[in-house]
Amino acid sequence: MQTHTDARTTGHRDSNYVIVVGGGRVGFYLAKELIEQGYEVLVIEKDEGGPRAAYIADQLGSAVIQGDGCEATVLEEAGSARAAMLIAVTGDDEDNLVACQVGKGKFGVPFTIARLNDPRNERLFKGLGIDVTVSATTAILDRIEMELPLHRLHRLLHLKKSDIDLVEVQLPDRAPVIGRPLKEVLLPQGSLIILLVDVEGTPRLPTNESVLRGGDEVIAITRGDTEDALRSVLTGQSGSI
Amino acid sequence: MRVMIMGCGRVGAQLATNLDREGHDVTVLDLSASKFARFLPEDFHGRKVVGDGRDQDVLRSAGVEGTDAFVACTAGDNRNVMAAQMAKVIFSVPRVVCRIYDPLREEMYKMLGLRTISPTKVGAELLMAALFDSEREGEAVTNADAH
Repeated sequence: MQTHTDARTTGHRDSNYVIVVGGGRVGFYLAKELIEQGYEVLVIEKDEGGPRAAYIADQLGSAVIQGDGCEATVLEEAGSARAAMLIAVTGDDEDNLVACQVGKGKFGVPFTIARLNDPRNERLFKGLGIDVTVSATTAILDRIEMELPLHRLHRLLHLKKSDIDLVEVQLPDRAPVIGRPLKEVLLPQGSLIILLVDVEGTPRLPTNESVLRGGDEVIAITRGDTEDALRSVLTGQSGSI
Repeated sequence: MRVMIMGCGRVGAQLATNLDREGHDVTVLDLSASKFARFLPEDFHGRKVVGDGRDQDVLRSAGVEGTDAFVACTAGDNRNVMAAQMAKVIFSVPRVVCRIYDPLREEMYKMLGLRTISPTKVGAELLMAALFDSEREGEAVTNADAH
């Protein structure tokens, strides 16, 4: 998933007030979830597609105002000055960007999260100070990739701050590393095998003497730039997915 | 100077035409090709590209990387803000100008270091000036009539 969850530790405001910009499906369920978790939540909904704000008010109580969450006056009215977090989840990247930038720039909201509809915008948003971006497209692709069968590196987890990937690969029977102890396997720099699971499902911690067998699942950490090298060492296959 | 203009409405097209007549190398970008026919003169020499300026790949293939200046003047403030920041941050265009109707938003982005123009603010100021000018003209006419 393209998220991380240290929001509350990163924010500097002593409040549990969260502003959600955009009351579509994502915004609605997000607000519902946050309310259940005990946050104070306000949804700002533009209402361009019909009486959406009224529906949310009906479902969630008074946790909604109708307005444009990119406008400073609306964000002021929403109490952005005391919000610990602003989460912009409209269907338009430019609106999400501006809502976060106005929240941060004008009202000092310490922690902003933007939904990305176009995953290519991630670098831009990060460069412009948005704390976290969440791309549904990327999340779905990652999830599907995780389910793809055999012999590829599946990314299990991405640690954003350290830029480390936790990956898993099943060793093909004819891989060059089969039958060799780990001390003879030269891994790319920054890569580390942290767990081996045999075909019966028994996990073992790797040592220098551990011998790799066909069908073993290897759990390793790696960096984006050494992922391909790690795959070709472990599977004998090169090229990217 | 190589200039890319995003948004070929009345303002974008007028700006493109002026720059073209002064001999600059102009590229105009718009979502709809019909805008080019409607607003640009027939003798316009610049390049016309149909595409979404919020899309990094569209900007790149339209040649944003070698351009000296980028102007965002579509009808949408947020679209302009995003594309302008993209030109600045991702493509390092040396001069980026962004039109923002909403004066509050415009002030904030100016503070954040974007070169911004608010037609709302500028328009109101010009109207205000014209208003007082015409009052004086009116007075002058009245005075002249009295003599």
